[in-house]
Amino acid sequence: MLEIKNLHVKLEEEEKQILKGVDLTVEAGKVHAIMGPNGSGKSTLSYVLSGRDGYEVTDGSATLDGEDLLEMEPEERAAAGVFLAFQYPVEIPGVGNMTFLRTAVNAQRKARGEDELSAADFLKEVRAKAKSLKIDADMLKRPVNVGFSGGEKKRNEILQMAMLEPKMCILDETDSGLDVDAMKLVAEGVNALRDEGRGFLVITHYQRLLDHIKPDVVHIMADGKIVKTGGPDLALEVENNGYADILAEVN
Amino acid sequence: MALPEVKQTATEARLANLVMPDAGCTRAAREDALARVLEMGLPGRRDEYWKYTRPDTLVSAEAPTAALFHSDEAMLFSEFDRLKIVFVDGVFSPEESDDLELEGVTIDRIEDICCKDIHWAKELYGVLEARGQTPVQRPLAALNTAFAADGIAIHVTGKPSKPISFIYRHASETSDAMLHHIIRVESGAEVTILENGPAASRFNKCMEIDIADEGVLHHVRAQGRDHERRAATHMFTRLGKESVYKSFTLTVNGVLTRNEQVIELTGDDAVAHVAGACVGDGDFHHDDTVFVTHDAVNCESRQVFKKVLRNGATGVFQGKILVKEGAQKTDGYQISQSLLLDDDSQFLAKPELEIYADDVACSHGSTSGAIDETALFYLRSRGVPTKDATNMLTLAFLAEAVDEIEDEALAEAIVSRLEGWLSRHS
Ligand SMILES: Nc1ncnc2c1ncn2[C@@H]1O[C@H](COP(=O)(O)OP(=O)(O)O)[C@@H](O)[C@H]1O
Ligand SMILES: [Mg+2]
Repeated sequence: MLEIKNLHVKLEEEEKQILKGVDLTVEAGKVHAIMGPNGSGKSTLSYVLSGRDGYEVTDGSATLDGEDLLEMEPEERAAAGVFLAFQYPVEIPGVGNMTFLRTAVNAQRKARGEDELSAADFLKEVRAKAKSLKIDADMLKRPVNVGFSGGEKKRNEILQMAMLEPKMCILDETDSGLDVDAMKLVAEGVNALRDEGRGFLVITHYQRLLDHIKPDVVHIMADGKIVKTGGPDLALEVENNGYADILAEVN
Repeated sequence: MALPEVKQTATEARLANLVMPDAGCTRAAREDALARVLEMGLPGRRDEYWKYTRPDTLVSAEAPTAALFHSDEAMLFSEFDRLKIVFVDGVFSPEESDDLELEGVTIDRIEDICCKDIHWAKELYGVLEARGQTPVQRPLAALNTAFAADGIAIHVTGKPSKPISFIYRHASETSDAMLHHIIRVESGAEVTILENGPAASRFNKCMEIDIADEGVLHHVRAQGRDHERRAATHMFTRLGKESVYKSFTLTVNGVLTRNEQVIELTGDDAVAHVAGACVGDGDFHHDDTVFVTHDAVNCESRQVFKKVLRNGATGVFQGKILVKEGAQKTDGYQISQSLLLDDDSQFLAKPELEIYADDVACSHGSTSGAIDETALFYLRSRGVPTKDATNMLTLAFLAEAVDEIEDEALAEAIVSRLEGWLSRHS
């Protein structure tokens, strides 16, 4: 589904190479986890896949079901099925959360040539999904992420993901800043979306999220590259021994 | 003191083209106003409050022509139940207006206030304008008091069931209009005034509003879409004890608009909010000049002005809060912000505070910025196309000003106009 080959990325404004040849394939129905020390390039990878400005791809490719992602605008990637749950969800004063969600859902439907969701159907769906994430009516009415706690912002990301039903879900440190209960809610939200046709790329610094979202494959990223790939046990190894051993072994 | 020669010449040239209406009991007020004009001279580029806005075309002897704008779209407020008072190029049109009858108010043309011997009107015409000439001169308002050819006097004694709506139609490319309205809101009375339409190629409008204790006046205005029109408007408002004045103005397009608000809080616990949202493109020039004087205890004033500027458009904000000695517990707030959609547009702001009381809370802020790229990316990453995302963020920027409108239906009507403008201009 998602195929990344030899991806090299530098900052647009500076001569700083961040990704130095990433190879990664996520198959439909699978959950891949990326772990790695701070600054290794995990967020950069997620931004490059979703089309944020400021990065320059100097080599390599990234495709979704064979379509070149790197050529598309961010909104086209979204319509094609890419979704990024942000490490730092953005606050947008003046735009109601509900309006935002409905605009996004209908924009994607329109881009795919589908009918827009009626106001009633949308409302029914959003209420049900919000409820399972313990997002109350007040949070839906408030401006996007404004005044939300860290945990509320992350749950709001998962609500967007649930509403947009993307093919390829990328979660960037969705567990950071969450207490155990909030993490369980988020994990349940993600697990509810696990499906044969959907791929996940779960970026996390810690193993604990992976207790709740069981990965099929675990990658270790360091200094802009995937340095090791293994099964779920690899995450436990990191948990017990830290990154140092793995990095020493690779070097 | 003699006026500088340039100013003297310009003033004389303008006055040569004007005839004072033969207006009975307002005659004395008009003569006084003319004397003020002669003493001050009309605005010139060197005047302190005309640094950012060129007054030339507002004071010139002849009005520059302005093409008429045609649209199939219904005029703003069409769907509202209201009492319509229509002016065509600044002349009252009885045929197009409703009967000026409404419970809770008395409505007359200014020219009729003398034969009907309406005392409050004779005592208000030109009075607040004259008071508003210090400390900052407003010669175009004095010119208006002297020469306004038409206008309406509204006496609010109750709570009329619907808004009173001034509709200003623009019919001739060479129209040069002056209107002067006066409104007296009696104690405990409450009214909503609507205004919309381009009015004339050049429009000079003055409104004097006197709100007695516990009176309430809501004002929502939209200045028409005719891009080539020019306007200088003044609203002079005096507030009594526990009275409320809330005014909102929407401006889309217009090569030159100068809106002045001069507000005097003279009774304790009064509340005055003035807000404006404008969107403009190209040679659009929009100026909000506000002067709020706190002269009583525990009053609240708010100024919220937002401007969206693109393709070289210019926005100006000059806003002052003056807190007089003894005006303790004043709560004064002022914010002026511009959203610059490109590097060619500019926002010029002059926020001022002058405070002579010690127990007050006043704040002001002015910012100028571009679309928030992070927010834009966030919206796009959810599938919202760039154009729609930009428009969403632009409306969000304007929301704080539009939210100042208390009536939700009116606020929605304004938002839909803004949405229309954004979709046409992006
Ligand atoms: N926009 C940027 N400007 C400057 N440095 C950046 C930028 N984006 C990423 N970096 C740098 O790139 C490296 C990788 O960052 P990031 O992708 O955020 O890592 P991770 O998410 O793995 O912690 C870091 O050294 C970071 O400082
Ligand atoms: Mg990161």
